[in-house]
Amino acid sequence: MIDRAPQGPYPPTEAMLAEPVPQDLRDAQEDRLRKVWKTKTGIRYLMSVNNSEVGKWYSLTCFAFMLAAGVLALLMRVQLAYPGMQFLDADRFNQFFTMHGSAMMFLFAVPLFEAMAILILPAFLGARDMPFPRLSAFGYWSFLIGGVFVLGSVLFDAAPKSGWFMYPPLATMDPGVGSDIWLLGLSFIEIASIAAAVELIVGVLKCRPPGMRINTMPLYAWYVLVVGGMILFAFPPLIAGDLLFELERALDWPFFDPSRGGDPIFWQHLFWIFGHPEVYIVFLPSVAIAAMVVPTMAQRPIVGYSWIVLSAVGTGFLSFGLWVHHMFTTGLPMISLAFFSAASEAVVIPTGIQLFVFLVTLMIGNVQKSLPMLWIAGGLAIFTAGGLTGIMLAIAPFDWQVHDTYFIVAHLHYTLFGGMILPVMAGVYYFFPFFTKRVLSVRLGKWAFWLIFGGFNLTFLPMHLTGLLGMPRRVFTYQPDLGWNTLNLVSSVGAFIIAAGFLVFTYDLLRPGKPRLRERNPWNAGTLEWSDTLSDDAWGVRSIPFITSRYPLWDQPQLVDRMAQGRYYLPDAPEGYRETMVTSVIDARPVQVQRVTGDAWITLLAAVFIGGSFILPTFHHYVAGALSGMVGVGCILYWLWTSTARVPEKDMKDAGLGLSLPTYASGPQSVGWWAMWITMLGDATAFASVVFGFFFYWTADANFPPQGAAHADPWLVGLSALALVVAWALTLGARYLNRTGRTPFARAALIAGPLAALAGGGMLVLSVLHLEPSSHVYPAVVCALVIWTGVHVLVGVLMQLYCLAGTIFGKIDPDHDADLWNVSLYWHFHVLTVLVTATVIGLGPRLL
Amino acid sequence: MTRCGKQATRGPAPPAFLVLPLMLGACEGRQSALMPGGQDASQLFLIFMVMLGGAVVLWVALNGMFYYFTQVNRRHFALRHGNRIIIGAGVILPTVVVGALLAWGLSIMPSQRARGDGLVIRVNAEEWWWRVEYWPPGAEAPIASANEIRFPAGSRTELQLTASTYIHSLWIPSLGGKMDMIPGRQTVLTLHPDLEGFYRGQCAEFCGASHALMAFEAVVMAPSAFDTWLASQATPAAEPVTQDQMQGKSIFRREGCGACHTIRGTEFTGAVGPDLTHLASRASLAAGIMEVERDDLMTWIAHTREIKPQVAMPAYDWLSPEELAALAAYLESLE
Repeated sequence: MIDRAPQGPYPPTEAMLAEPVPQDLRDAQEDRLRKVWKTKTGIRYLMSVNNSEVGKWYSLTCFAFMLAAGVLALLMRVQLAYPGMQFLDADRFNQFFTMHGSAMMFLFAVPLFEAMAILILPAFLGARDMPFPRLSAFGYWSFLIGGVFVLGSVLFDAAPKSGWFMYPPLATMDPGVGSDIWLLGLSFIEIASIAAAVELIVGVLKCRPPGMRINTMPLYAWYVLVVGGMILFAFPPLIAGDLLFELERALDWPFFDPSRGGDPIFWQHLFWIFGHPEVYIVFLPSVAIAAMVVPTMAQRPIVGYSWIVLSAVGTGFLSFGLWVHHMFTTGLPMISLAFFSAASEAVVIPTGIQLFVFLVTLMIGNVQKSLPMLWIAGGLAIFTAGGLTGIMLAIAPFDWQVHDTYFIVAHLHYTLFGGMILPVMAGVYYFFPFFTKRVLSVRLGKWAFWLIFGGFNLTFLPMHLTGLLGMPRRVFTYQPDLGWNTLNLVSSVGAFIIAAGFLVFTYDLLRPGKPRLRERNPWNAGTLEWSDTLSDDAWGVRSIPFITSRYPLWDQPQLVDRMAQGRYYLPDAPEGYRETMVTSVIDARPVQVQRVTGDAWITLLAAVFIGGSFILPTFHHYVAGALSGMVGVGCILYWLWTSTARVPEKDMKDAGLGLSLPTYASGPQSVGWWAMWITMLGDATAFASVVFGFFFYWTADANFPPQGAAHADPWLVGLSALALVVAWALTLGARYLNRTGRTPFARAALIAGPLAALAGGGMLVLSVLHLEPSSHVYPAVVCALVIWTGVHVLVGVLMQLYCLAGTIFGKIDPDHDADLWNVSLYWHFHVLTVLVTATVIGLGPRLL
Repeated sequence: MTRCGKQATRGPAPPAFLVLPLMLGACEGRQSALMPGGQDASQLFLIFMVMLGGAVVLWVALNGMFYYFTQVNRRHFALRHGNRIIIGAGVILPTVVVGALLAWGLSIMPSQRARGDGLVIRVNAEEWWWRVEYWPPGAEAPIASANEIRFPAGSRTELQLTASTYIHSLWIPSLGGKMDMIPGRQTVLTLHPDLEGFYRGQCAEFCGASHALMAFEAVVMAPSAFDTWLASQATPAAEPVTQDQMQGKSIFRREGCGACHTIRGTEFTGAVGPDLTHLASRASLAAGIMEVERDDLMTWIAHTREIKPQVAMPAYDWLSPEELAALAAYLESLE
């Protein structure tokens, strides 16, 4: 075994940092870095995977989707301006409101968090790039393809029209392809979202600069960590729900059909277990922006850093315990209502703390008036109003009155505009000089602010009253004699004023000839991103600094100069690789130089073909879809094989300041292993949601499993579990045998492993082959568990074969076994899935 | 007499603090949570007004502080003041306020969910109308109606709610909160109306194409008047008298209307659409969107799907105006 412990002095001494760098060496280093990180031009620009390019595309795409969803809202407001308008018919109106909500949530609010995080997180952390640049690019292309597919359906009159919440039976029974477009298109995007979340979490945990302990990292990074974690646990239940939903639509498996034991309420649980955390997934990143803007504008560190971290984490946890407040009118028992009322009100406390921390920071500091501050102030005014109506709504009996009325429409837009749009706009104005080295117009910015702020209140303030006067949501028209006419007309006028504000902003954003930025740090901020040079170099940071403070630009006066001189880590790219620093999770000690993946077409191709496997089945082209999926998986394998965990040309390299670091890592030291861990947590959550379904039906229906129902063959289930446990043990054994140098035995284990796994998977399928899943929800949910486990067997087999090939073609040897570590980690999770499935379907019917 | 005319016969005016500074016409408060006509809605109205007052105070205080510290008085304050504000205003104040609100707000749930005093009304949501059955105490068979729910004032009525195909939600804002109607299960809503009058209810859960057009009349009557009315509803339909009405009945028969609609006392026993036995006694047509009078009836029968997208009833647009008028005359006679 090679010793990969870092060698050399750490932390660096003041004397080491003060040593000058000769000018000719600096120039040579800069040339090499520039060459390695150069952004491609022409059509090859689309190969880019660098976070600053992908982040830019991602943000602009989100913005474009938002404008499109906004246009849908305007058209709806025209229809609602007067009672009995004939501008949109019911069907089109229903498509529009469904797409407005779906697009704003899935194509704007959540992806914008990921887009902005990809764009700015590396700069906050003094990193060159995200840990998995190709994954960001893959996520972006998936998002673009899925988004155009879903949103584009509006143009063909084929859009989903059952509401963004897609409640069955309405959505399951919808005759068109709309529901399938929603389910498959958005599942595809959700998977891309989870991929981005994995990358962001690993980025925060492992790619901080040396010395930036976890309690000194910028608050934005904390929020990314919390929100990434929430995506990881919130999206999988919806993906599981989508799977069951699509099985009902395509194969008539009755998960939500009450006539065959199913239950439409089960979907509501799955949807809102996702849907409520979703609200905070949207809200917290904007608080994160405020947490960066406010200290700068107050010219002092945030007061109560730990308060805010605890509040963010607390909000994240609480947000998973509130979902039932979307279901207060479904006739749940009073005890549940009381519990979820109280839990919903509890969110007030962490939210209040965050607001007061900002207020106090401004109070103690020396407030600078600026455009970002104006947007923050507007956001606060709107958000507090939305929060206060939220306190009202959390009281269950009051919710019975206003649930599903325009009061809710007002409330949710107050929270989302105040808690998301306006702070994001503050962030855009604040960070724009950093992204583009150009400055937005203050005058146009004020125009945009007052139009949006004024138009917003004109639109949505009256809606509170409209709702209280009895107007339900999601109605395409209304009677003229109910007192809603004037209020609706005012709201419609206001909507166009908001649109005018966004038009002004868009013009300012896109107009050429904006003045160049003249100073590095125009706001005199304290965080690392403002150390960036004024030139357009794509290398991220010139050298990766050693950090000792939460606001290094305020507290480490020579930092910027030394970074620019290449005085710190990784000032050079002598081997011609894109590299960034990997540090330890808690105290950010340097552990590895990570060679990150570079520009490629393969990520784009992978997204196209994987996208095909989701889009083609929508139109019942199942064979083409399956082929497309196979090609997509092939693309991903090619990409992994050619660019990840490559055996380096030398095991250690000089990282600067006398520190020598390994260029390869496996197991818990490597970023890939962390990514696998985090991905599998999300995967396990989705699986748990399907298992939850089994027990939900069991508790909800005394006749589950039904009397005399056929069960899975217990002997085959048991044998299958045994074979899969053997496959797991062989995988683990292969890792051990490889590391101890017994390569032929490792290969043998990697041949026997897939055989055992396939045998196990085959027996699992055979054990349920006699069931009729369309007859009742019991066989349906059993078969769904088998499908889930079976697909994971196939993925596991693919991974084992990948490792087998690795040992044969020199990608894996006793000293370089990252892939084996990651695959055995997958199998740890997978064997748990197998045991749970076997227990539930094999033993469940005998024990329940 | 129009519905709005009947509105004027409502009982005593609500207490002064309940009267809002809203210039709503007599008709316009029929579907308003701010014009409570019963015990449940009054409780919720009171809790709303108190919360609204508190919310305004808190909003002004928080945004006022923000304005003051960023615009008016920008001197530096000491850190210890800051920590006091975070703990006081960020932790202690919300805990106390929200705790008190929860205690009060949740304490009214049992009374809002109290059992009914005897009368049970079963409502089944169809696409997009309401099948209504009255089960007075001791009744062995229901008294069928549709698209109108009548309540006796001064007692608590139990509504047992079900749905055929999609999820719907029954909501009469002036009388109380809403309750979803879910296929495969039964939910229960109890309401205690006090003020006599005509109110309007509407489906609150999105239920497809004609969700916006699924409403109904909710009528609160004096208990004795309610009993009389219910007894009359139990009787068979009136026989046609005039030439027009008799022709209308034969058109009803010829067009097969009886395959879907029941008119008790006749051979028409269809159960797909609303029971029409006492259609003309109802205040609305087509689930709360039109009136039971000649022109509306003729328009509705000839143009159902233009008026109400995807509704099950076909448009009888081949009927001549004379035939439509005769049909309407018959239906208008079903008092």
